[in-house]
Amino acid sequence: MSVDTIGRNDTIILHGRKVVGGVTEGEALVTHDTISGWGGINSMTGTVIETRHELRGVSFKDKILVFPGAKGSSGWSAAFHTTRLTKTAPKAMLFNVMTTKIALGAVVMRIPTMTEFDRDPLDLIETGDWVKVDADRGTVEITKKAKT
Amino acid sequence: MVKLADDEKAMLDGKEGPGKQKAMELLVRYAEALGAERFVATNNIAGVPGSSTLFLKDYYKDHQGGNYEAIFSLFDLDSDEVVPVPKVTAYSCHLQGGMDPNEYEVLGKTREAFEHQQQDEAAVADLGIQIMKTCTPYLAGNVPVKGEHCAWMESSAVVFCNSVIGGRTNTEGRESTSSAMLTGRVPDWGFHRDEYRFGTHAIEVEVPIESMMDWGMLGYFTGYAVEENIPVITGVNYQPNLIRHKHFGAAAASSGGVELYHMVGITPEAPTREAAFGRNKPVETIKYGPAERREIYDMLNSNGTSEDVDFVMLGCPHASIEQIWEVANLLDGKKVGPNTRLWLFTSRSVKSMADTNGYTKAIRDAGGLILTDTCSAIGLAVPKGTKVVALDSAKQSHYLPAMMGIEAWFGTTKDCIDAAVTGRWHGELR
Repeated sequence: MSVDTIGRNDTIILHGRKVVGGVTEGEALVTHDTISGWGGINSMTGTVIETRHELRGVSFKDKILVFPGAKGSSGWSAAFHTTRLTKTAPKAMLFNVMTTKIALGAVVMRIPTMTEFDRDPLDLIETGDWVKVDADRGTVEITKKAKT
Repeated sequence: MVKLADDEKAMLDGKEGPGKQKAMELLVRYAEALGAERFVATNNIAGVPGSSTLFLKDYYKDHQGGNYEAIFSLFDLDSDEVVPVPKVTAYSCHLQGGMDPNEYEVLGKTREAFEHQQQDEAAVADLGIQIMKTCTPYLAGNVPVKGEHCAWMESSAVVFCNSVIGGRTNTEGRESTSSAMLTGRVPDWGFHRDEYRFGTHAIEVEVPIESMMDWGMLGYFTGYAVEENIPVITGVNYQPNLIRHKHFGAAAASSGGVELYHMVGITPEAPTREAAFGRNKPVETIKYGPAERREIYDMLNSNGTSEDVDFVMLGCPHASIEQIWEVANLLDGKKVGPNTRLWLFTSRSVKSMADTNGYTKAIRDAGGLILTDTCSAIGLAVPKGTKVVALDSAKQSHYLPAMMGIEAWFGTTKDCIDAAVTGRWHGELR
């Protein structure tokens, strides 16, 4: 790991592109599966419901959601938009593959969102890590959770 | 930064009124999120403008009682204030809805929900939006042409428009389509652009693909294999008709995010393998042989354990008149069993043809029902007490068991009709 990617207190810094601006921090929830909106999540509870999904039954409410991207129905934006109303939306989203579904979903959820990272966030962030997202500056600061 | 033409800037500045201004603001935020550099004009938009659920009505009740204008402004345009919604300026249609207005009680909907739906529909018509109420607008009168820039929702319709017709649309969402209806613009990104339409992954088919079930399974496999990428399918020695494309695309868009596929020698942008890939090199070559076919069949049937079927749902995506004809023929001389329900979903326009041809009555006389506007997944509607459903759609099999917490079998339309008549599942991979 090069010096410029190691921040203070053993944090890792990622650089990426702002999709929706804003600054926040929270606990990461990471999946290597793409996520369906309509039919893939329950917008009332903020949980993934898709059969065979590795996050099935898991809530993304107030998490920094780290995932490859969106898939499935065109109801993606409306399903995630609704989580904003039910206060079960993630705090921020970090993803790899840009689609119209996720771009529009991020816009109407009004949460800091980033993509096009210099390194793959799925390789560097694990569920439970503490993540600071500054979408305006294009940086993500990862503090690894304590190993038990 | 997205560059705006003069007329786009005028809308953004509010010179065309607050409704178009809010729509343009949403579209600019969306274009910036995508990284689009400009907008493209569209005159073919398919969405669900202002569509309200009881949840949204209640959520926005402090804004003009949660009426159509409030929901259109606050949810569809993502505006912080309610604005007057002007008539649409681009040719626009409303996709599927929540209930058949003539059979809402059968679907378990309340009088209150029905009345809201009727009010919304009147408001949609007032705006000049065509009420097609279907996931298959291309079967109800809205058929784009090759190269036409569209802004469509409904993943199964998007993949049909791009792949089978050669129209140009991204998978738009509710907020972007409603905004496009008022402005006639969408971001010039993705499938609107030539360079984005070339294939990325090769799918080599090594088994015969003929029946509807074959096409559904190949589509479901393709979606899993390529996710949101663009597959180029070779080795298919069978000319698919409209309903096979419809089934294939819907499945591929559900298990993955396929919005455009090429079939060499079959679809309009794939006269040859070279043309389909253009300047791209296949990222991966994926085989679909007997083992993969078996695996997909088992995956689609992994939600079934009890062979006692109490519900059979057909028409996902909405049935064409050809499919309704087939169901009427399969039911000829038979009756749906006493403990089973058979529902077949289609659009109002296709149902009117079925009425004319006597299929609606024939299916009803056999104990089944043709329903319009919605489906079990969209309308969250299954007969009361349903535990086990039989389906002929890979797409519906993907969604319905998870959404309704029921068991599901997947098979041919014939397997499903057999289940409706006998109350037992006898399907198998043939």
